[in-house]
Amino acid sequence: MSWETVIGLETHVQLSTKTKLFSRASTAFGASPNTNVNLIDCGLPGVLPSVNKEAFYKAIRFGMAIGAHINQTSIFDRKNYFYADLPKGYQITQMDLPIVLGGSIEILTNDSAKTINITRAHLEEDAGKSIHDEFDGFSAIDLNRAGTPLLEIVSEPEISSAKEAVAYMKSIHQLVTYLDVSDGNMAQGSLRCDANVSIRKSGDSELGTRTEIKNINSFKFIEKAINFEIKRQIKILESEEKVTQETRLYDSAKDETRPMRSKEFANDYRYFPEPDLLPVVISDQEMQKIKDEFPELPTEKEIRYQEEYGLSLYDAQIIASSKSMADFYESAVASVKNYTLLANWFIGEISAYLNKELIEIHESKLNPENIAMLINRIDDQTISGKIGKSIFEEMCINGSSPDQIIGSKGLKQITDDDSIEKVVDEVIDNNPEQVEGYKSGKEKLFGFFVGQVMKKTQGKANPQTVNKILKEKLTK
Amino acid sequence: MSIQFKSITELNELLDKKVISPSELTQESIELAKKYNELNCFVTLNEENSRKKSASIDRNQKKSSLLSGIPLAQKDLFCTEGLRTTCSSKILSNFIPPYSATAVEKLEDAGSITIGKTNMDEFAMGSSNETSFFGNVHNPWKKGFVPGGSSGGSAAAVAAGIVPAATGTDTGGSIRQPAAHCGITGLKPTYGRISRWGMIAFASSLDQAGPLARNAEDCAILLNSMSGYDSKDTTSLNSDVPNFLENINQSIKGRKIGIIKEFDLSDLDTEVQKRFEESKNAYENLGAEFIEVSLPNISASVPTYYSIAPAECSSNLSRFDGVRFGYRAANTDDLNDLYVKSRSEGFGDEVKRRILIGTYALSAGYYDAYYKKAQQVRRLIKNDFDNVFKSIDLLMTPTSPSTAFEFESKGTQNPVELYLEDLFTISANLAGLPAISIPHGQVNSLPVGLQLIGNFLREDLLLNAAHVFQTNSDFHDAKPNLENFK
Repeated sequence: MSWETVIGLETHVQLSTKTKLFSRASTAFGASPNTNVNLIDCGLPGVLPSVNKEAFYKAIRFGMAIGAHINQTSIFDRKNYFYADLPKGYQITQMDLPIVLGGSIEILTNDSAKTINITRAHLEEDAGKSIHDEFDGFSAIDLNRAGTPLLEIVSEPEISSAKEAVAYMKSIHQLVTYLDVSDGNMAQGSLRCDANVSIRKSGDSELGTRTEIKNINSFKFIEKAINFEIKRQIKILESEEKVTQETRLYDSAKDETRPMRSKEFANDYRYFPEPDLLPVVISDQEMQKIKDEFPELPTEKEIRYQEEYGLSLYDAQIIASSKSMADFYESAVASVKNYTLLANWFIGEISAYLNKELIEIHESKLNPENIAMLINRIDDQTISGKIGKSIFEEMCINGSSPDQIIGSKGLKQITDDDSIEKVVDEVIDNNPEQVEGYKSGKEKLFGFFVGQVMKKTQGKANPQTVNKILKEKLTK
Repeated sequence: MSIQFKSITELNELLDKKVISPSELTQESIELAKKYNELNCFVTLNEENSRKKSASIDRNQKKSSLLSGIPLAQKDLFCTEGLRTTCSSKILSNFIPPYSATAVEKLEDAGSITIGKTNMDEFAMGSSNETSFFGNVHNPWKKGFVPGGSSGGSAAAVAAGIVPAATGTDTGGSIRQPAAHCGITGLKPTYGRISRWGMIAFASSLDQAGPLARNAEDCAILLNSMSGYDSKDTTSLNSDVPNFLENINQSIKGRKIGIIKEFDLSDLDTEVQKRFEESKNAYENLGAEFIEVSLPNISASVPTYYSIAPAECSSNLSRFDGVRFGYRAANTDDLNDLYVKSRSEGFGDEVKRRILIGTYALSAGYYDAYYKKAQQVRRLIKNDFDNVFKSIDLLMTPTSPSTAFEFESKGTQNPVELYLEDLFTISANLAGLPAISIPHGQVNSLPVGLQLIGNFLREDLLLNAAHVFQTNSDFHDAKPNLENFK
């Protein structure tokens, strides 16, 4: 028997607005509990929401980028349920008239492209956070996150593997960060998804019973959780039993999914139109303004990098692959002359470092000014490429500027012939046997002399000059 | 001299002539509130702050507002910063808001003094003020009789002459019906005319704040201050606010007043019918013309209202969960137990009944049949009004089918009996239209109210018609005998 996997994803993207969806409280991450909270966020009696249009503009930008229909009149609904971190006893969301309808997203797996259709994307407010382990005998509520704007992007059930699901999430991540719709920070929960997974016999047209895995917040866990769930469901089906429709939670420590709430407690959310808010109308002028201010997308950047900076397509793609990398590059390239050298460093040292540390460039201690300075010092031969690499390592650790490091460690390259000649003479005088050997034809010994000169100059001697002078002296 | 039963206009004269100071006026008002404690109008008195504020009022300083130094009472569902706000519910019996409702803030900015918070039906759910956690309010006209509801405390405080005016809220008649039962004037403005910010919600799409006062002119003074767009309430109307006193005196000659064919008044008490006929004649003598009009869907108002209002209430009252503020039950096992016990102990029967009705009306499988259908009917009712207002200026109905009744005489067996109290008032809320109730005589020594309904944003026409009626009659000057209240 061969089985086919059907996956639909509901992705929650936290929009990078300064203030919340219905209040003017800050959305900043990491503040002390209950400090980014105002009357509206704690759902005090008598308070009313007012819409933050910025959230709409971001949602519309996303919708335009995926070729969706934008509902210029959209309405909010209430989703009613009780939970301690849901202050009003209902969540304000969009049900019948979401802001974004349709559209599609391109994904890339193993070099083959696939289009995933989007059902809808709607705006809603996030809930607060329950903390269960900090106070003995009590749970605590932090409402900082309550009211933060989310865009929930619902895909059609067209994803057929865990790998595709990851590729889909990566596409969304690239898109939302590029569009400045979200910071895309998965560790802080800015991008997370619920996966609806079902299995059917290959060729069947009807969908199997699905389970929903809630709140997965890293690419790695998406892959693991879905793969676990696929195996679990196939095992059930192969033993001719039935999959239970339920909500499951992925436990990364045990690498398994398990039921979250049973069906007896299934909520009837009693959706109805939010009477405290009028329909939100986006004017044609507002739509035009969003179009006019549309940010440059990755493919457009790739073309521009090739044209303006003479990069290869490959290099341009790597640099444009993430918004933070592209921003960093564009900021650095403005102050260097040697574009190719800068690109080589991005593809080489910088990428290697980021991959090793598993961080994004904006999370590192590097900054564009310092990288540009480093490239310029190599380019103007103040330092050699090799010294450059050791300076880079230090920059990564403490964020100091290359000039600081060069100055404090005396790494300035020795380029004047006289100084280098003096060292070369010393090396030749101290190693008569090797000189003899070289002269008798052991040309490999040349490297030995270079090494000795570099050692004595702590690597600061200009390699070309060293080569030139050594050749002259040794062939005399 | 006593300030009891004085209107705002009369009090302004006393203040201007320095017969009395704002401090003395406020103090007297508070003394009256205490003297008639038995009426049970007030849940909380604001003595200390009232004294402080009234002492700081300088009527000579700026171009003085007509509310400067005037004592007022606020219905206890308007949040008042630092002053307990209970909605007459156990669940909020210890709630002190950190902010004030826009309507209250505007009245206070105009110089008025909030002397206290008035009793009401719990969360404004009721038509007799009998659902209050703080006990029944007596009708000043007859001990042991209801003042109407839900703004019963406000209506009784004005009728007893304790304050010249008070705020109320009207979701299905909660300003007009108690105004009628207590023999005073009460105005429900157009939906959105006054900000709902800080008004504890019952049914968001129907709730509207408004004034209760001794006459239409005083209602206009309060409305002038309370009205206007508020960025904190995006459902408030962004339209110009006229000076409602400006044309209040103009002649109503030629005004076309509609009588609703679908309201069969022959079922009512014959005396109530008589008062209605008499007022019709009075208006005719003032130059108004009467036209019979048809609002074919208006008879569906009560069931429509009792689907929509409880649905919204069931959601609005979810925030009273014992987690962040208000009453929390002791000794609970887990979160669910905390909800169940806090809400079971914190809410009264009528509130629970409406939460249950509303939860049912919104639940899966019933939403289309109840809530959605009710919204469609609501639209039809509104269309009916739009249609008739093409040919008339105002509509006229009795405010209530009967006069005030004895405690526990209505609705104890069948709540629907009490729901029918709102028969004439509910449709204005469904359509979002302004409406006013004015006293127009008595039946068996109890006041009877006359309702005028206006077109969208035409409070000016309502106040004008009411004022002209009052300058030509003295029903609004009738005062209850308060000897029985200590």
